[in-house]
Amino acid sequence: MQVHLTLFGQLADITGRKEMILQDIPDSETLIKTLNDMYPLLANTKYAIALNKKVIHENTILSGDHNIALLPPFSGG
Amino acid sequence: MINPPKNDRYQRQISLKELGEIGQQKLKDAKVLVVGAGGLGCPALLYLAGAGVGRIGIVDFDLVSLSNLHRQILFTVHDIGLSKALRAGDVLEQINPDIEIIVFNEKLSNDNAPDIFKGFDIVLDGTDNFASRYLINDACVILKKTLVYGAISRFEGQLAIFNHPPESKSAVNYRDLFPDAPADGEVLNCEEAGVIGVLPGIIGTMMANETIKLITGIGNALINRLLTYNSLNNHFFELELCQNSETEKMIPENISAFKAYNYDWFCSTHSAYELDQKDFEKMTEDENIQFVDVREAGELPEMTDFKHVKIPLSVLKDQIPDIHAQTIILFCQSGKRSASAAEILSTYFGKSRKIHSLKDGIAGWQKTK
Repeated sequence: MQVHLTLFGQLADITGRKEMILQDIPDSETLIKTLNDMYPLLANTKYAIALNKKVIHENTILSGDHNIALLPPFSGG
Repeated sequence: MINPPKNDRYQRQISLKELGEIGQQKLKDAKVLVVGAGGLGCPALLYLAGAGVGRIGIVDFDLVSLSNLHRQILFTVHDIGLSKALRAGDVLEQINPDIEIIVFNEKLSNDNAPDIFKGFDIVLDGTDNFASRYLINDACVILKKTLVYGAISRFEGQLAIFNHPPESKSAVNYRDLFPDAPADGEVLNCEEAGVIGVLPGIIGTMMANETIKLITGIGNALINRLLTYNSLNNHFFELELCQNSETEKMIPENISAFKAYNYDWFCSTHSAYELDQKDFEKMTEDENIQFVDVREAGELPEMTDFKHVKIPLSVLKDQIPDIHAQTIILFCQSGKRSASAAEILSTYFGKSRKIHSLKDGIAGWQKTK
């Protein structure tokens, strides 16, 4: 059971990585909590969460392997 | 010189069997508004005008500057100091005098947006700040317009079509993806973060392409999907969007509520804590905001005009866990103690909550009533 994480925009700057693999994450809320513990700056950053290329708005159980992407809003034009 | 037949102008695209004369007529009947004649807006405007979109609106209040020229391809050094909207209108007129071009040389606001938007069916968001992006999204939802969204940050771009079809109950809007605006400084703009001119060129051109697909009905437009593009590694990433149950109540219900909404305040582009009396007045109607009276027990006048809780400044530190709202507005008699309270809460919550203090307190507010 592993989560393949892709980070976009300034989230990659905060973590220093565009991708990472995390083991034994039971649900999306735990994933966010784990990331916030690893990278405290992420806790104050807003982003959308996509599970297997679909945006999710609620805590979602992660059984098996999953791709998760975190996308911050961009304002530039 | 003999004038070439008018159809020659569009011959290359009419000869695409997917588009044809019928598609060309649809483009002629289309009414598209582009907000922001900047890095995204310039290429989008060029291609929409070239394609023969019958009515094109341009909204921008800014003036051309030298640092714009590497990406804002409608302008030259001769335009520096001139209005972007007016200059863009002139250039488009020279490219295609057969279409109607309407220039709005003004800053888009919730006061003027309903009037500006009503003459158009599709709105392209090429702005450079969150306050405008939330304002445009909400206006499109309330006024039932399709929104073509493009945005960039450093080497990455985002592209999507929101609120389409506008009458549909299942249409996804920008707030379904990003319900809350980021705090000040959380996301850098192009001026702070830097950008290579090509990236807005690519994303702005894709915005025009999606618009042409929407109008003519060819291909699969990015409806309810978000596409991201990374210009460093050429990775495209596409994801499916869905509605968010929290979103509906965040969007003003009608035009009068929309006009009363303070987008600068929502996006915290104002000073960190102080809220002026006019904005405070607007906010008192909002049930999602927690108002906190930080005066000591027994102080007068008693506030009865709006719902609030009482947490005196002297005990505030112990009672912070009782404050649950995302947005908190503090007030006292003169604005001094509420400013101190805002500092305390801000230290505790960081940027995770929006914390404001009423400028000049109840005394100042009551003078304006």
